[in-house]
Amino acid sequence: MQLSREELIKAYTGMCMIREFDDAVHYEFAADAMPGFVHLYVGEEASAMGICMNLNEKDTIASTHRGHGHCIAKGCDVTDMMKELYGKKDGICGGKGGSMHIADLSKGMLGANGIVGGGPPIVLGAALTYKTKKTNNVSVGFFGDGASNQGSISESMNMATVLKLPAIFVCEDNGYAESTAREYAVGGSILDRGKAFGLDSHEVDGDNFFEVYDAAKQVIENARNGKGPALLHIKTSKVYGHFEGDAISYRTKEENERIKNDEDPLKIFKKKVTESGLLELSQLEALEEEAKGKIKIAIEESKKAEFPSAKDLLTDVYIKY
Amino acid sequence: MSLKTYREAINEALLQEMKKDENVVVIGEDVAGGAGTNGEQDAWGGVLGVTKGLLKHFGRERVIDTPITETAIMGMASGAALTGLRPVAELMFVDFMGVCFDQILNQTAKFRYMFGGKAVTPLTIRTMYGGGLRAASQHSQCLYPMFTHVPGIKVVVPSNPYDAKGLLTQSIRDNDPVIFMEHKNLYDLSGDVPDESYSIPFGEANFTREGKDITFIGMGQTVDICNKVADTLKKEGKTSTVLDLRTLSPLDEDSILEASEETGKVVIVDESYPRCNIATDISALICQNSFDSLKAGIKMVTPPHTPVPFSPPLEDLYLPSEEKVLSAAKEIL
Repeated sequence: MQLSREELIKAYTGMCMIREFDDAVHYEFAADAMPGFVHLYVGEEASAMGICMNLNEKDTIASTHRGHGHCIAKGCDVTDMMKELYGKKDGICGGKGGSMHIADLSKGMLGANGIVGGGPPIVLGAALTYKTKKTNNVSVGFFGDGASNQGSISESMNMATVLKLPAIFVCEDNGYAESTAREYAVGGSILDRGKAFGLDSHEVDGDNFFEVYDAAKQVIENARNGKGPALLHIKTSKVYGHFEGDAISYRTKEENERIKNDEDPLKIFKKKVTESGLLELSQLEALEEEAKGKIKIAIEESKKAEFPSAKDLLTDVYIKY
Repeated sequence: MSLKTYREAINEALLQEMKKDENVVVIGEDVAGGAGTNGEQDAWGGVLGVTKGLLKHFGRERVIDTPITETAIMGMASGAALTGLRPVAELMFVDFMGVCFDQILNQTAKFRYMFGGKAVTPLTIRTMYGGGLRAASQHSQCLYPMFTHVPGIKVVVPSNPYDAKGLLTQSIRDNDPVIFMEHKNLYDLSGDVPDESYSIPFGEANFTREGKDITFIGMGQTVDICNKVADTLKKEGKTSTVLDLRTLSPLDEDSILEASEETGKVVIVDESYPRCNIATDISALICQNSFDSLKAGIKMVTPPHTPVPFSPPLEDLYLPSEEKVLSAAKEIL
């Protein structure tokens, strides 16, 4: 790992923004201020930032139902995202998508996804575009340990190998598919599935930003250089439950404490960079405060923003019909 | 202008659009055929030879043979359309939508709306449908109502070679996702087709007969049945209006009402399952908008609510036919 101070600051800023965004959503949702349902990414921040810091604006990602972190890491505006969560007209999707469908094509964000395993097949297409047009871009498809059991994932990995596409598959394995444990639901191993389909497959500690960053750097460079697709199996954990309102009774108190205290990617990052003298503690704390402030403003602006009007119901179905 | 089959008309539209726009790629199972073998390349050109010959013009980079993996095909085509290509993906038989519908229903169809109008998805999905080839329950269905039900996708059902070429050209140039449905019984049907490129706009149904006694409304293969019955009735002194819908989504509601009001007697011929199909939809449309112009109850000629049978006499009984349409017409004439 050779990251400049600027890059380290960018990494921590991104992780703090994700943390503050989803922590704020947690409280807003509990206060009944937000419609719909939301799936929070707190605890998995190192994965989104470690991957996306290796991507440029023309590279693309497809995300999951737990997508806020990926969106922020790929450069989506947090105020526009927050407005979307409140269903407001100026939201990033005009209030028509909500939490599970945030997309910003201008930032290379091809959409969060309400269908488990829905994104990776779309990533194949972006990768096919890059291969056909001979750009050196890559596309990254995120999915979870639950989605790893969907046929769409197996089909996508196979197709990526067959057509030698610049596609990266990132399995964010937080140990639970809704309330069901990975140990129960995954036959064999996710890593071996990647290998079986001929992908360059690696297991990565998702609590450690630097491990994710390094692994992603390698496979993304390879894909850019025409060496084909890869799978990163990122072992991580989420602080909150499957969705907000989940009492998480399927996890023990000890496990919840361990996730919060010992597996927090922000704490681990902070410890590493301060102990090695790369950044000062005060600098990091300033970044945390800055993120808090930005999210506070995002929420205030979102609450004040207008809802869509009746005429918006019928627009955007077709370009021309 | 020259005589071409429905199959050749489709092939020519693909060839001309691929020549015109390098972003057009063809994706599917055996669309060339022979991939990875030591034998003939372009061995099949699609399972019924519709894409034959494209490979020699465009190579495997643009005529992309895939594994048998419909979810990945539909997802890949959707993602490619979203990021700058103009793919024509083939779903070999429409019956196979069962293994890949998520990518059509929940992804492609909804990108534009869910993303607040920012997505452009110029995707064409070509698929083969319909009965008559003794292909049994999983290779003979007319599943277009399942697509017309979904906002965000367009559904095209050409009935003849001229329309097949013009509507496919329009489908490829269109910036919304289009399901282009080819009735497998029509591939050998010949008709006059211009050699040059042309497109037919969506949402414009075609009057193939004009008359005053009765109106037949058909789509895809059933248009031919309607025309033949109209010609039979003419010999008996009754004139008919026949409307070919051409596209089911968008649906040319004005022409449907016009055709219905011309005679006040309507027979709709639809090869899809009878519950919630195009015939019931059109029937409701007419009843809601021009009930007073009707002189008799609307007749619907459809298959029974059963899977498509294999045994030839059973399949013949199952499908709409000239005899059934004629008999339905005579009940209200």
